[in-house]
Amino acid sequence: MELKANNISFSYNKKRQILKDFSLSLNSNQIIGLMGDSGSGKSTLCKILAGYITHYSGEVTLDGNKIPDKGFYPVQLIFQHPEKTMNPKWKMEKVLNESWTPPKELRDTFGLKDQWLTRWPNELSGGELQRFSILRAINPETKFIIADEISTMLDAVTQVQIWEKLINHAKANNIGILAVSHDPELLEVICDDILYFDEINNL
Amino acid sequence: MSDTPWYNRGLFSSLNLRQKTLLTIALTGLLLAVIFISGMMIDANLPTDFSIKMRPPSFDHIFGTDWMGRDMFIRTLKGLSLSIIIGIGASIISSIIATLLAFLASVNKYCDEFVSWLIDLFASIPHILLIMMISIALGKGAFGVIMAVAFSHWVNLTRVLRAEVLQINTSEYVSLSKRFGKGKLWIAKEHILPLVLSQIFVGTLLVFPHAIMHESSVTFLGFGLSPHEPAIGIILSESMTYLAMGAWWLAFFPGLALLIVVLLFDIIGDNLKRLFDPSQANN
Repeated sequence: MELKANNISFSYNKKRQILKDFSLSLNSNQIIGLMGDSGSGKSTLCKILAGYITHYSGEVTLDGNKIPDKGFYPVQLIFQHPEKTMNPKWKMEKVLNESWTPPKELRDTFGLKDQWLTRWPNELSGGELQRFSILRAINPETKFIIADEISTMLDAVTQVQIWEKLINHAKANNIGILAVSHDPELLEVICDDILYFDEINNL
Repeated sequence: MSDTPWYNRGLFSSLNLRQKTLLTIALTGLLLAVIFISGMMIDANLPTDFSIKMRPPSFDHIFGTDWMGRDMFIRTLKGLSLSIIIGIGASIISSIIATLLAFLASVNKYCDEFVSWLIDLFASIPHILLIMMISIALGKGAFGVIMAVAFSHWVNLTRVLRAEVLQINTSEYVSLSKRFGKGKLWIAKEHILPLVLSQIFVGTLLVFPHAIMHESSVTFLGFGLSPHEPAIGIILSESMTYLAMGAWWLAFFPGLALLIVVLLFDIIGDNLKRLFDPSQANN
């Protein structure tokens, strides 16, 4: 499968344009890194690819087709701050099952302890919550994952562990990953290829 | 130890703030329940006894007696319980209206504008006028008053809830939920409702005092309950005739009792608010 972004332009207000004629192609057997400075528009691009922002010009296609807005979106975004993506009045079990019910082996692979499932989001740490976010994103219907700085709150060892498991799962299930970060060392370790945001953005 | 505040001294010094809040709620709730239940149990069709008419407060009749020799304490209790029933009915109906409108506002831009327009419209009409009109249109009586108070008191709660729902709707977990393929109705029920439930609950309780006050004032003006019901408003308006004759107790005790009940509800509402939302406690 191929996720393509063609000539995407976007601006929040008239004064400053963020993206101009931005094009990107992603294959589902690849892990692509995207590097850029803070505030350059990486997160905005992520939101466009994952269908959160819809009023852009240009088009995002999956195998040449527009992605339908109804139903499960095949391009899933994992946010930088997991605590914001969880309803504070929900137990973790409900948070996880909102997407799908991952089997026990998969929960173990990502180091998710069963006792966490009965807790509230504010009782877990950022790293623990991020494991839930990742597990939610690897729904069987997911074709691509956009990982927007997903490991910044983790220490180096845990970062590598989590990325390794995510990449193994992605390769086994033919899920493409776009890893966004401003940490070149991390991207060099995990990615097949690295793109530089400023070079593709025609500003 | 002169710098410990008054509420940390004496009998309740061993309790923490949360326990004190709970204690306050429990005690005021109990007091209101006693007033309500005793008012319901009492048969207010007191026999007229002209031998004891117009007695000032004494140990036999602690609130005095009226021009027909009826005990004012019993009539006041009955009136208060009637006020509490009307308050419960009106505040529950008005919070249901507020909740429905707040969710309606979140459907799309036009619905939001419609609800905002409705809020402005109702907020611009004086409450008492609106209550009088609705009450007359629905044929006075308890039903008319309940509906009238309910239809004029949803405005504030709707405004608060609308803003809250709007804020939750722009949160990341709601947009993520949409990407998971969840429908708007599912999101409203599962995501938004649990988050605004405490606000709805507190809002209902804080409408209570308004409802009771307005019920009494329209009844006093003669547009509310019918004269044979011993409502506080009726008692007060009847007492006006006899005030000039020096029968001050006919108005003073029922009025004071009404004020105390209203204050009790206000105390419960404020304390519950503090309990549910500690971050707002200082506002």
